Amino acid sequence: MPVDVEARVIRNTRLSSEYNVLALAAPEIAAATAPGQFVMVKLGRGSTPLLRRPFSVFEVLRTNGRVDGLTLLSKRVGVTTQMLFDAVEGDVVSCLGPLGRPYTPVDPPADAWMVAGGVGLAPFATLAEVLLARGTGVTLFYGARTARDLFYLDWFRDRGVRLSLATEDGSLGDHGRVTAPLERALAGAAGRTVMVYACGPEPMLEAVARLAAKYQRPSEVSVERVMGCGLGGCYSCVIPIRDGPKGHHYVRSCLGGPVFAGDQIAWDR
Amino acid sequence: MTDLSIQIGPLTLKNPIIAASGCFGYGVEYAGVVDLSLLGGVAVKGLFLAPREGHPPERIVETPAGMLNAIGLQGIGVHRFIAEKLPELRDRRATVIVNICGSTLEEYVELARILSDAEGVAALELNISCPNIKEGGITFGCSLTGTYDVVSAVKKVTPLPVIPKLTPNVTDVASFARASEDAGADAVSLVNTFLAMAIDVETRRPKLSNIVGGLSGPAIRPIAVRMVYECRRTVKIPIIGMGGIASATDALEFMIAGADAVQVGTANFVDPFIWTKLLDGIRDYLGRHNIARVRELTGTIDTTAREKEWISS
Repeated sequence: MPVDVEARVIRNTRLSSEYNVLALAAPEIAAATAPGQFVMVKLGRGSTPLLRRPFSVFEVLRTNGRVDGLTLLSKRVGVTTQMLFDAVEGDVVSCLGPLGRPYTPVDPPADAWMVAGGVGLAPFATLAEVLLARGTGVTLFYGARTARDLFYLDWFRDRGVRLSLATEDGSLGDHGRVTAPLERALAGAAGRTVMVYACGPEPMLEAVARLAAKYQRPSEVSVERVMGCGLGGCYSCVIPIRDGPKGHHYVRSCLGGPVFAGDQIAWDR
Repeated sequence: MTDLSIQIGPLTLKNPIIAASGCFGYGVEYAGVVDLSLLGGVAVKGLFLAPREGHPPERIVETPAGMLNAIGLQGIGVHRFIAEKLPELRDRRATVIVNICGSTLEEYVELARILSDAEGVAALELNISCPNIKEGGITFGCSLTGTYDVVSAVKKVTPLPVIPKLTPNVTDVASFARASEDAGADAVSLVNTFLAMAIDVETRRPKLSNIVGGLSGPAIRPIAVRMVYECRRTVKIPIIGMGGIASATDALEFMIAGADAVQVGTANFVDPFIWTKLLDGIRDYLGRHNIARVRELTGTIDTTAREKEWISS
């Protein structure tokens, strides 16, 4: 069951002029979070902004093996992300969670391929830890606009995650979209069992889901829709789910997701 | 011991705090965060006879101190509600107020018949005020004869308390409260959302897929309080007030203006644990003011001093 924690900011690490990682003292939530789950966040008591905003849990923080907090990876795009960017140690953030349906980790001999676009890196730190603990081989396909927007590369490398990078300006890794190295890898993985996990902009998620289907591999994607409450009350965050070959129905991504099987989503709706 | 109970026709609610329709799913979604039996009532999401898909996203957008929504009454229909949701609501001892919507008068009547036979329904709220769907609903709520006709038709077929939910998108909401009372309504609830819109100036596109939507949240509260006040001066039946209530103080303001009970919607999105805070705040207020029963508070606004000032100025 989700809890609402008035979480103190432990530290705010600016990664660039847009991205930051905010560490929050919310051990109750952190300890209960499965990879891909999210929290609903609000700063201050006022009416601007009025509603909470959803964020994937980025890292689960531990000191001497004891869980003592979580972090959020944020990109400054709106009012709340600006407040998260500006937050200082000691500020208080209302944090409701953990919420939503998590990723399904696979076991060896299956390999796990995580595909991240931009701030869509967020759920993959915790997913990588869970997968590695099960002995599953993990590869991170990670794309951004430019090399300066690729973060935590050493964090993943140090834990034994293979990296395949792509930048739109060609400053690091493949020149172009992250789906190009993903397709090369899928084409060269004949006979291997692979599970594809994705998080990022919706066009990327669609491309990843279609690639996985083309190479007959299962995929799970984490969607981000405008969300009002995170608990199923408002019906705003719906995603079209396939009903047979032509139909679809709307499912609340806070309850039925945010993680869905890639072939469940009616991408053309 | 403070008495928080209030009366709506033959129905006694254990307290005046009700979860607003459209903001609380079917209630069962929130069973993990709040004991549903603590609430005065749970008004479930509006139901038609048949399931409805609702509007495509974007369905909500935040605005200053409020939000617009155009969900389009996505829902599972009355039969699945009775089969899949009502048993759990009953088990959790929720006081269930079913919000019903019709495209025709006959659909309201049919819904009322079906729900009167279901076990565990405490009252019917008639949604004649949703601004987001083309057919039915608000066409009844924007016509005095339409309001009268739908309320009296439903009253004829159900023993349950009938509560039309009124729209603020009319010139004089009090006349709709009176039409409801004349038709035999046990109470009225008001207000539904204000028809509104927001545009992205960069793309010049409306921010909602439905172009227009309903405004809720603290932004509308003072208008809603004024409308409750006007209705209180016009009708004798109980009034369930709503519109941007986010604290016990806000709820008390509606009651002093004339509401017997209140509904809370948008604030539940922000704080799903708000319910006990509201009840504690109301108890605290009644204690401080030596009021034994919450129903004594309704309509106790004191305008005498203001009137004197007005006359002497």
